[in-house]
Amino acid sequence: MAVNFDLTVIWAFIIAFAVFAYVVMDGFDLGIGILFPTFEVGPERDRAMNSIAPVWDGNETWLVLGGGGLFAAFPLAYAVILPATYPLIIAMLLGLVFRGVAFEYRWRDPGHRRLWDAAFTGGSLVAAMAQGMTLGALLQGIEVVDRAYAGSWFDWLTPYTLLTGLGTVAGYALLGATWLVWKLDGPGQHHARQMGKRAAWATLALMGGVSLYNVFLNPEYADRWLTAPEIYLAAPVPILTGVIAIALLRSLSVERHSKPFWLSLALFFFGMAGLGFTMWPYVVPPGVTIWDAAAPERSQIFMLVGVAITMPLIIAYTAWAYWVFRGKVGDEGYH
Amino acid sequence: MFEGVDALLLARIQFAFTVSFHFIFPAFSIGLASFLAVLEGLWLKTGKQLYLDLFKYWLKIFAIAFAMGVVSGIVMSYQFGTNWSVFSDIAGPVIGPLMAYEVLTAFFLEAGFLGVMLFGMNRVGKKLHFAATLMVAVGTFVSAFWILSVNSWMQTPVGYEIGANGQYLPGDSWLEIIFNPSFPYRLVHTVTAAYLTTAFVVGGVGAWHLLRDRTNLHARKMFSMAMWMAAIVAPIQIVAGDMHGINTLEHQPQKVMAMEGHYQSHPDGAPLILFGIPDSEEKRVKYALEIPKLSSLILKHDLDAPLAGLDTIPDDEEPPVGIVFWSFRIMVGIGFAMLGLGLWSLAARFRRKLYDWQWLHRAALVMAPSGFVAVLAGWITTEVGRQPYVIYNLLRTADAASPLDAPAVGASLVAFVLVYFAVFGAGVWYILHLMRKSPHLGEKGVKRGDTGPIRTAGITPGPSQNPGDPSTLPRNQEEATDGR
Repeated sequence: MAVNFDLTVIWAFIIAFAVFAYVVMDGFDLGIGILFPTFEVGPERDRAMNSIAPVWDGNETWLVLGGGGLFAAFPLAYAVILPATYPLIIAMLLGLVFRGVAFEYRWRDPGHRRLWDAAFTGGSLVAAMAQGMTLGALLQGIEVVDRAYAGSWFDWLTPYTLLTGLGTVAGYALLGATWLVWKLDGPGQHHARQMGKRAAWATLALMGGVSLYNVFLNPEYADRWLTAPEIYLAAPVPILTGVIAIALLRSLSVERHSKPFWLSLALFFFGMAGLGFTMWPYVVPPGVTIWDAAAPERSQIFMLVGVAITMPLIIAYTAWAYWVFRGKVGDEGYH
Repeated sequence: MFEGVDALLLARIQFAFTVSFHFIFPAFSIGLASFLAVLEGLWLKTGKQLYLDLFKYWLKIFAIAFAMGVVSGIVMSYQFGTNWSVFSDIAGPVIGPLMAYEVLTAFFLEAGFLGVMLFGMNRVGKKLHFAATLMVAVGTFVSAFWILSVNSWMQTPVGYEIGANGQYLPGDSWLEIIFNPSFPYRLVHTVTAAYLTTAFVVGGVGAWHLLRDRTNLHARKMFSMAMWMAAIVAPIQIVAGDMHGINTLEHQPQKVMAMEGHYQSHPDGAPLILFGIPDSEEKRVKYALEIPKLSSLILKHDLDAPLAGLDTIPDDEEPPVGIVFWSFRIMVGIGFAMLGLGLWSLAARFRRKLYDWQWLHRAALVMAPSGFVAVLAGWITTEVGRQPYVIYNLLRTADAASPLDAPAVGASLVAFVLVYFAVFGAGVWYILHLMRKSPHLGEKGVKRGDTGPIRTAGITPGPSQNPGDPSTLPRNQEEATDGR
């Protein structure tokens, strides 16, 4: 049992890592989709899209690992969360369909480029909103009876989930804008920097809102954040988040290229760490812990071997692909 | 809107719809990825521009097909949980890890190297680019390996234990689960089918351009390569299919009974029913055209071998005979038509008329989409044939669904149908437009507009990628509008 205990915790961290990797990597893809209409038709939009065209597919694969990993390591959680948030998941999937095909279609059919640009933005927006609301629906708690979802149809639709949805949209826009600050130059970069500032303020405001709401949402959450001794563990998260927020806003005011993006990543990291701290040890609050939902030891060990072997390779060749397409988009010096 | 409709039926229709639509794309891209690797390899080996032209021609088509496969595939990876949550909970410990391995060893590999394959030729050099193409091709095969292992385990489950909470848990050996009894046969049969599907598409496109201009060297090369595949692989596929059928008889006899239309047992030699109309009420095949004892010969390699019929199976465990009977015949019929075309092309080749016989080209054109029909018919045969079970003899489909109400499932089904027809219809239209254009000297790569991450910068001859290249676009606005 001791071994199983450790394995389940390891798997919780692996899934959290996959979700984090997805959120930040596809986050900047989706963010570019969300900001797309604010870029000028023509070279500016083309460059924005080309800055992610070679990598978006790999980024999106982390979503399949997050979902597939949940299915494999915590099948009960997968079997509860998806029916509970059914309309959100379907909306996200359809949003991702429109977003994904737009990468190819807009080049194939200039006569309808505006239509596919709209599909790119609409799909990105719907997917981001649905992902944020799904997170909110999970945090606010899901009713489970006899290993199945037992709530009603619209439990996922509350002011809280709308807040988490908007927070995710703003956060992705921040990631997308800061990515473009890094990858573009000239007027496009200037525009991305302006968008980044607005998105940063919106993200910080909504993160603050969600954090406050969490305290009122569930007494257990409040205890965790506001009472000793847990407060000593928790306190560094908001403090560091604040420091990063100030650094981020400053970096957007000066002529920095990659720094705002890295600071946005750090902001997301601490945001997610805070959420993880809030939820722990539940995978489906308020009743299902990671141990309740865990797959048996044999399944966990078998997959852990696979992760241990493949994950370093995946990270290596993904990094290589990013390296191949490094530098400013459209910068002749790199061709 | 969907009150009074069975939520289970809607969930089944939704799965059948989304998985059928999805499989069209991998059935094409598994073979096309390998074809691209072969073309690029031949280019590197011979240095002939022709192969590079063909590579770039098919790369553009691959990019669209692959994108459609990816986005429709993500839907599948979540559909298990949204619509079949009981199945996910019960079977997750066994099949979840296999699917996780698919993500780790295949999806990341394909997606990670796809960007370099599409846009990286001038950034990484020829050899590294070829390596990226190979990785994408390997990824498509590895993906097929894992997902077919999962499907096969659901058809022929072994190596599991039943846990106290009702879950199926892995036993001592994962190898027993992965290499379950039907897996090797299903893997060979499916991957071969994907290669044949691609070969017939390539052959059909080659034939189309030969019919317009039989001196077109690019069309000749495509057509010739595709016809070699048809002539060599179609017979292999028929043998593989026969072995798969015998394996099915051993492990899922009622599926074979339904395929054969054998309502009754035949103690001394069963006939092969060529055609007829299965009637499950009367439990007989009406207007049957049959060859005595041939079914026993095929399945048991003995004219007089007894074969049990559906009369030995309780009524509530019978698969729907009509669908399975017909889908099986469509698949087999197309398989033999493919063999016929392959032999015809051999005859033409030996008389040095491969590029001259217009009727051969017309037949190849007509058969261009036949692979898609055959693979869908084949999957319908095997999936409907295992009903009423989702995990054979263990978990009934009816007991596997999510606790959802009909309006929720119905509304999402409508959304999927509308979106898939619009989005994938447009994608297929764009592919057909690319195919209609003849491959030519100095074929351009995947077009990225004027500020793409890559511009042709002199490593390959030919004009650089220019904006709004009219030759790759629908000829005019009207045609583009027709596509939707």
